[in-house]
Amino acid sequence: MREFIDGAEAIVRGALDAGCDFFAGYPITPATPILLHMVRELPKIDGVAIQAEDEIASMGFCIGAAMTGCRVLTATSGPGISLYSENIGLAIMGEVPLVIINVQRMGPSTGGATTTAQGDIQFMRWGMSGGYPVIVLSPTNVLECYSLTRRAFNLAERFRVPVFLATDKETVATRTTVNISAYEQVPVRERTLTAAEAEFIPYHVAQPDEVPPMSPYGGPHVVRFTSSSHNERGYLTKNPADVEGLNRHLVAKIDEHVDEITLVMTDIQPGAETLIVSYGLTARAALEAAELARAAGHAVSTLVIYSLWPVPEAAIRAALDGVRRVLVAELNLGQYRREIERLVRDDQQVIGVHRVDGQLISPHDILQKGELL
Amino acid sequence: MIQAERTTYLNEDLLPMPFCPGCGHSTILEKLDEALVNLQLDPRQVVLVTDIGCQGLSDKYFSTNAFHGLHGRSVTYATGIKLANPDLKVIVLIGDGGCGIGGHHLLNAARRNIGMTVLVFNNLNFGMTGGEHSVMTPVDAVTTTTRYGHVEQPLDICGTVQVNGASFVARSTSFEKDLPDLITQAIQHDGFSLVDIWELCSAYYAPSNRFNKKLLYATMDELGYDTGVLFQGDRPEYTRAYRESVQDQRGKPLIAPRPLDTRYTSNLTGPVHCAVAGAAGKKIGTAAAAFSQGAILSGLWATQRNEYPVTVKTGHSVADVILSREDTVQMGKPSPDVMLVLFPEGLKKEQARVADLSEDAVLYINADLLPVETRARVVPLNFSATRQKKEYWAMMGIAALLVDTGLYPLAAFRDAAALRREFAEKNLAAIDASAGLLG
Repeated sequence: MREFIDGAEAIVRGALDAGCDFFAGYPITPATPILLHMVRELPKIDGVAIQAEDEIASMGFCIGAAMTGCRVLTATSGPGISLYSENIGLAIMGEVPLVIINVQRMGPSTGGATTTAQGDIQFMRWGMSGGYPVIVLSPTNVLECYSLTRRAFNLAERFRVPVFLATDKETVATRTTVNISAYEQVPVRERTLTAAEAEFIPYHVAQPDEVPPMSPYGGPHVVRFTSSSHNERGYLTKNPADVEGLNRHLVAKIDEHVDEITLVMTDIQPGAETLIVSYGLTARAALEAAELARAAGHAVSTLVIYSLWPVPEAAIRAALDGVRRVLVAELNLGQYRREIERLVRDDQQVIGVHRVDGQLISPHDILQKGELL
Repeated sequence: MIQAERTTYLNEDLLPMPFCPGCGHSTILEKLDEALVNLQLDPRQVVLVTDIGCQGLSDKYFSTNAFHGLHGRSVTYATGIKLANPDLKVIVLIGDGGCGIGGHHLLNAARRNIGMTVLVFNNLNFGMTGGEHSVMTPVDAVTTTTRYGHVEQPLDICGTVQVNGASFVARSTSFEKDLPDLITQAIQHDGFSLVDIWELCSAYYAPSNRFNKKLLYATMDELGYDTGVLFQGDRPEYTRAYRESVQDQRGKPLIAPRPLDTRYTSNLTGPVHCAVAGAAGKKIGTAAAAFSQGAILSGLWATQRNEYPVTVKTGHSVADVILSREDTVQMGKPSPDVMLVLFPEGLKKEQARVADLSEDAVLYINADLLPVETRARVVPLNFSATRQKKEYWAMMGIAALLVDTGLYPLAAFRDAAALRREFAEKNLAAIDASAGLLG
């Protein structure tokens, strides 16, 4: 059985199936449909959905609610991410599980409100003071909007970190046909909580890469949260050992578990000299380009990256093995190409296929740039 | 088990507090402790949310829950906490600096009447960063950023939140004996409460302005500021009011897949790209959705992309629909195989694509818009003659296009147009009225 659905609804259904019970957001094209869906749906499960006074407050509400036991979601676009920035830093520091849908539109600044882009790829990763890691997933189609939203919630719980879903206007607003049975049912990962009778030390970890269990405000323990450098009890500290331990922990809990986060799709053709790397909606053009190239007698491999951050270096290196050149297709002027360039060998050529004119990258654009016509 | 009476909510093993000698902060925090002792609240049911500034150092000295966040944003975290759990007592400690940078959040928390208590540690300047002026700094005061005298009007935080809906507003000073009672009342109040508490900054404001207790009271007099409870109203607390307002939604089914079963067959082989160009408010998107859903009912795959100006009730409205046999998503923007042009706004927007149509393409166009420059086969549609409302021309045009092209059965389109029962009758009448369009 099929249905006719857009990415916004798929994201919302994914969030609801992931146990989301709190949403705060501020209207912004093209992310508004998600706010409208959540405002309609969440009261049905005794959840809360609210339009905040601005994006700063949206994130503040989400963080407060997450620390009070909710599974929280927010959705915005580039200019909203700019305003989220300070609180994303806070959420990293205080280890707040939350999911941010970024419906990318053309920038910089107000840019093109209804124009699709993939221009926030480095911004999502580095757009906060300190430069500590977040997780970024990117769906290529409506089905993946559903399944990756569910994964995003699980990863947020697993790592107590903000998780972005990097999508775009085109994927969120375009209605398409899907097989209802094709939605991937990702099991729900519940929040790891400290037992009621156990002592709760808010940020205690035995090893740097561990993630401390939580306890909600209003629950069995007294809970301390701070956005300042803190010791394991959540008290502000300048003790060098505590500060270093905290900062290394914030990196280690992600970096030492890249394998758990890595999600890619590789299609390696024997003897292929060309690898096409893509993500998000551009992957659809890339896969079609590869098919056309193969039909024309070119051996071409493809790599679609769903987990953009942390960079799945091992998976990328494996896909790079044996190719002579790499085409990286993205709707910006080479943001993720930088990540590929630092992973290639000296004898491998990286060629960007980019557009920033508001039009989508077509299979033809990729074939032409790759001289595969 | 009866809980023994609590004699303090301070973390006594961490005392003393780190404030400068003569600073009012320690005094106010002791009064807050007295208020908490008065109320005998379970520390796990109290969340102390602190802002940036010297008062932001205070959370660690309390045995309640604590949240220390960013400058001016304390009210937003407090709102999220209260929204998630309305049973919690949420107390925000904020400085006069925080009232500036977080003013927007204060206005909105007051306006919504979120159940929180905001204690303003108002020492008339930024103590932590070096004595800069704040939104509360009085005229003529000397601060490190107003060396030659201050010419800005100070913000009346009590008046501001009160006119915007705060339901409990009070002003006091760190010297007032009844401050613990005032804080107790504020915490007990069910709604947004704020207490503006004036005090001395012994590091900067007091020495720079030879300011003391007497001058503090004189300044308040000069500004016409009273102390005590300034306003107490009774209006619904937001987080409970929100839940009441949506109560009848509880338990209703969540949004779920809306299956479209294959009831018809189509002879379509390759993908067909159709573009419908119309005007805002003329149900272009709705008709294109029915066109897509009719295709799915006929065993095809459909993708629909809409394009319209940000001001949705004026200008063009264009929908591109791609039908295909297989589940392949066409990228880019190839020239359409079929175009339906209904209104001048759509033609103006799509002139270039109309001109670029190939000889194999078909252009269905409102006859009133002819002539147009195109290589496509032109099929004029005589909408004016049908006397149907313009809102239904897209439905009619698509029906005519389906009959002419045979992309899939008209019956499938009729079923799709009737999916939403409230619009079924009018949609079907329009489709029936399309018979005469092809002339």
